[in-house]
Amino acid sequence: MMISEGMPSPYSVTSCLCGEFLKWDIMRKFMSGNEAVARGAYEAGCRIACAYPGTPSSEILENIAKYKDKIYCEWSTNEKVALEVASGAVFAGTRSLVAMKHVGLNVAADPVFSMGYIGATGGFVIVSADDPGMHSSQNEQDNRNYARAVKIAMLEPSDSEEARLLTKLGFDISEEFDTPVLLRLTTRISHSYGIVNIEEREEHPPKGYEKDIKKRLILPAHARPRHIIVEERLKKLKDYSNSFSLNRIEWGNREVGIITSGVSYQYVKEVFPKASVLKLTLTWPLPDKIIKKFAKGVKKVIIVEENDPFLETEIKAMGIDVIGKEKVPVTGELDPYILKRAFGSSEEIYPTQDIPSRPPVLCAGCPHRGVFYVISKLKLTATGDIGCYTLGALPPLNAMDTCVCMGASIGNAFGLERALGDEISDKIVAVIGDSTFFHSGITGLIDVVYNKGTSTIIILDNSTTAMTGHQEHPGTGRTLMGEETKKIALENIAKACGVENVYVIDPYNLKETEEIIKREVKRREPSVIIARRPCVLMVKSEPPLVVISEKCTGCKLCIGLGCPAISIKDNKAVIDKFLCTGCGMCAEVCLKEAIV
Amino acid sequence: MTKIVICGVGGQGTILASDILSLVAMEEGYDVKKSEVHGMAQRGGSVISNCVFGEKVYSPLIGLGEGDILLAFEKLEALRSLPYLKKNGKMIVNDYEWLPITVASSDATYPENIIKTLKKKVEHLICVDGVKIAADLGNIRTTNVVLLGVLARFLPFKQESWLSVLEKRVPKKTVEINKTAFLLGFASEA
Repeated sequence: MMISEGMPSPYSVTSCLCGEFLKWDIMRKFMSGNEAVARGAYEAGCRIACAYPGTPSSEILENIAKYKDKIYCEWSTNEKVALEVASGAVFAGTRSLVAMKHVGLNVAADPVFSMGYIGATGGFVIVSADDPGMHSSQNEQDNRNYARAVKIAMLEPSDSEEARLLTKLGFDISEEFDTPVLLRLTTRISHSYGIVNIEEREEHPPKGYEKDIKKRLILPAHARPRHIIVEERLKKLKDYSNSFSLNRIEWGNREVGIITSGVSYQYVKEVFPKASVLKLTLTWPLPDKIIKKFAKGVKKVIIVEENDPFLETEIKAMGIDVIGKEKVPVTGELDPYILKRAFGSSEEIYPTQDIPSRPPVLCAGCPHRGVFYVISKLKLTATGDIGCYTLGALPPLNAMDTCVCMGASIGNAFGLERALGDEISDKIVAVIGDSTFFHSGITGLIDVVYNKGTSTIIILDNSTTAMTGHQEHPGTGRTLMGEETKKIALENIAKACGVENVYVIDPYNLKETEEIIKREVKRREPSVIIARRPCVLMVKSEPPLVVISEKCTGCKLCIGLGCPAISIKDNKAVIDKFLCTGCGMCAEVCLKEAIV
Repeated sequence: MTKIVICGVGGQGTILASDILSLVAMEEGYDVKKSEVHGMAQRGGSVISNCVFGEKVYSPLIGLGEGDILLAFEKLEALRSLPYLKKNGKMIVNDYEWLPITVASSDATYPENIIKTLKKKVEHLICVDGVKIAADLGNIRTTNVVLLGVLARFLPFKQESWLSVLEKRVPKKTVEINKTAFLLGFASEA
């Protein structure tokens, strides 16, 4: 079952896992890392999978949903809930997976640490998709640190095929060592595609639930002995890591030896094809014996890893002299060019051109635009949140002041009010999306009501989780598995939380939007304004609007909407007929009635 | 190993184009990797996808100065992504202008004569009016496939492979028009 040194390639490893010889008629598929994780989970006999969407992890569950006849899968309310649902399934001895983006693991951190003690009766794989380079995230946190802190095993694939293979292996390791396993991906693993060899599913029926309070009811009296078990488990895992064949030395030139893991391995192989390489795959606990053997075999050790000096710190602590972050950047993601540069290459390239930037924008017809236009017009302070609507912060709308993390807008607005009182309470709103509100806005709202706040909370309800690709959520009336379900109404939640002033508005109606926001910010009671209109990408467009050139004075009021379909040519507004969705907001702001 | 960078504006169909390219390379027996970024960048922002094929491919990501071919769906994006092209690399540029929001709200200007600027810098420059070809065909949404047709002239893949992948990968109703778009791009005098 378990793999050990002396097995030559990942493929024979797989065949051993399956307990059968390799079938050469395996299907080859071109898959993203996320699809490959889903496939690996399916092949491993996973039965329960939960997630809250978050780039770059979202497609894992979307792909698992393709196997819904074999795997129960759900969009959970947030990552913490996802982890708790999956943990419950693990109690029943069921192979379970939970997936999230790196910052999602912060939300789920509480149960993750507990599950580190409780262990895994059924295989438990926790997928964290980190985002070096922050393509779609608020920070560059390196979740390898979680594996060390929680004291659980960690696997890091370096391409799609390994993503599939290590997901499967993760379930085996989890059950063998009674530990959750952290499968750590990065954007370039999740969203890169490569050729994957797919295999058949192995069935692992649930082992069944047996009450065991010393294991799963972690009161101090139970947790103390569990901690001892955790430390012993870590020692066993380290022995295993030292025998793990995918912690692999590839001897080459002995002048330089490079230690690396994850996607960085690919950059190393491409840039330094002749160097000796230690490819680490089970990266917590680290295989100290293999690392020491490798370091002895080369003159100089270099460590190539993205973001934190995780390997570097640990390997230095083993008493090995290494070159690491003094050469390899700690910020941003790596690529072959950056690696070449870090080690002295001075190849000439075309210089970067000084040209206008093309930032992402709210789509033409986006209903959020109406609310942001009004916030901008009324010069309100807006504490913001995470979603497409964070783009409302960009010029020309400039309608958001802060963005901290999922759900933070409400607490932030209340805190500002408490700190500044009357100075700000008539001029501040919290802006949060529908999915984000379900995720972690509700507790903030309760806090405002309970602590006698007067905050105005605007819920931008576009009836989907738009930013990450239109996933369902508790307010849409559908599940990930495509079933109809109870639609939870935002207004009912707001009322149940004790908010008396709850209004539903159409953000395309700028006049009404302005009136109500203006009125509610002044109110000395909490209010919830639900700006409701479905995401423009999910509905059929209306016919495009046109500018009557003779009437247009080139005043640029319409430009203030920041709509990508409107531009100025020869001092007149022009509307791109392919981009325009006919929302009509520009016609509303035009004082000359030049847009029809 | 051949490294191809495709750049454009979110919504122009660069991802579908790099999908098709990768699947053709795979069908022809090459090792292939592809990389792109989803999420926030897709909302009308600059997008880049990378496709690398060869006997054995390691990095899915193409660094600066590494692209053998740069296929640009939009002129400003061609200029932006130029540093990804290696010095003697080939550039195919769609002669099409899409104003970024920063220009539309008029605090920046769209550079003039981009093609001329590019010609001075890039020896192997192929300029094509893909939008016109697609519009003449009756569907500007096939521009991405027209451009793939142009790209195909410089790649070692059989035409059958392209057409068979297209058939599998584009919506059923548009198979025929996409095939024609591909062939028009392939035969264009760009």
